[in-house]
Amino acid sequence: MHQIQTPIGDEVIRSLKVGDSVTLSGTMVTGRDAAHKWMIETFIKQTRPAQGDDLQVHEELKKLLNGSVIYHCGPVVTGKSLQEYRFIAAGPTTSIREEPYQADVMKHFNIKGVIGKGGMGAKTLKGCEETPGVYFHAIGGAASFLAQTVTKVTGVFKLEFGMPEAMWVIEVKDFPVVVTMDSHGGSQHAVVDEASKKVLNDLLSR
Amino acid sequence: MRDLTNEIVELIRRTSSSLPKDVEDRLRTSIEKEAPGSAARGALETILKNIELSRANSTPICQDTGTPIFYVHYPVGWSTIQLRRQIRAAMEEATKKSYMRPNAVDAIYDKNSGNNLGGDDFPYIHFEEVEGEELTIELMLKGGGCENVGRQYSLPENTLGAGRDLAGVRKVVLDAVQKAQGQGCAPGILGVAIGGDRGSSYIKSKEVLFSEMGTRNDDPKLAALEEQLTKESNELGIGPMGFGGKTTVLDTKITGLSRLPASYFVSVSYMCWAYRRRKMTVKGEEVMYD
Repeated sequence: MHQIQTPIGDEVIRSLKVGDSVTLSGTMVTGRDAAHKWMIETFIKQTRPAQGDDLQVHEELKKLLNGSVIYHCGPVVTGKSLQEYRFIAAGPTTSIREEPYQADVMKHFNIKGVIGKGGMGAKTLKGCEETPGVYFHAIGGAASFLAQTVTKVTGVFKLEFGMPEAMWVIEVKDFPVVVTMDSHGGSQHAVVDEASKKVLNDLLSR
Repeated sequence: MRDLTNEIVELIRRTSSSLPKDVEDRLRTSIEKEAPGSAARGALETILKNIELSRANSTPICQDTGTPIFYVHYPVGWSTIQLRRQIRAAMEEATKKSYMRPNAVDAIYDKNSGNNLGGDDFPYIHFEEVEGEELTIELMLKGGGCENVGRQYSLPENTLGAGRDLAGVRKVVLDAVQKAQGQGCAPGILGVAIGGDRGSSYIKSKEVLFSEMGTRNDDPKLAALEEQLTKESNELGIGPMGFGGKTTVLDTKITGLSRLPASYFVSVSYMCWAYRRRKMTVKGEEVMYD
């Protein structure tokens, strides 16, 4: 079991291999569909002009995400203000929807880890090699359990996207994950996909 | 007519936070099939801890509290207008209590309503008038991750060598399971509808998921296919979360419906392991939960 604290250094990332169990502690930021689309359009491809507090949030995110982790999660949060916010259900959402965006977002913010479920594709795997970074797989649906590792909510951006889509800044302690995509081109998802495809072809021929 | 709003809030709390026993039992049995120390086994262990914790604390099993799907069977004399109003009020209240995540997003303007009410179709409510004195309200919460990996095939499907018969149905269902990988939060439960039009076929593929684990179709041919599909899906080796392993599918439920001569649809609804479905029964003054 690797115990890792954010921000994460490149040498730690390079030491991680597919199959490693890890517990993460420190600050991380949630971000899913709306957030990724917004980051790409506003700051990376710049096809949409920055509006409202966009530029200010961008500056904050650059500091928070540098060397840190983005979590594909749309939590259930109680409370009405920063002092009251508490995560009560916070498992991972399916990551593959961020496949068009993830590698560029990782490089732009120097993100070292992406937490989600279901794995990601070739473009993100290449992003993991180049940044370098890894994909951490959390247990899908284990929302009450994972919410217990969230010790504090320290901020929230883009609440206008709605509770699930907002970017929540959280502190976690011993958040359990498994490395399923590493910075050396290894992907458990590609391995299982290929092996299951072979079995399928065999079953279809019967 | 009696106001059932509070009782429906309780139904929502139970559905969101307390996994039915038959599903939990299947998950417990599956653990023994996975190798000690494997990621697959670790995933199932975490899943079981989460089930207990959610039940103890009345917190959502999964943060994606899903599409709320209500099936209401009501005796003669009840008003569906009032029942709909009560269900919607209960949904709003359950969202305030954090049993539900605000999940209704206007698809055109990307705006989350914040209270799980969106137009006439969210939550989804199906009403049916029945004989007798009992009113039953069943609720299923189906998360988006598993909904996204559902598939519909129009047979013949030549790329898979799937013709218009049960052998062809077998092939497309196995294809759907392989394509889903772990993305629908495996181990999953398959709801399969054969026939119908595109719409009715998908609806039936979900409706069949209201039945208990291990319920077999009365038709022996379909019952056999249900067993075969569960067994062969598990041979694919996708495993819990797609980590690789022996437990990919916990159960398969198939239903058949009439089709047009020209059409042969097979719809596969994939249900995640967080298979949330509960029922309340109202009889006279008494309200019972399953």
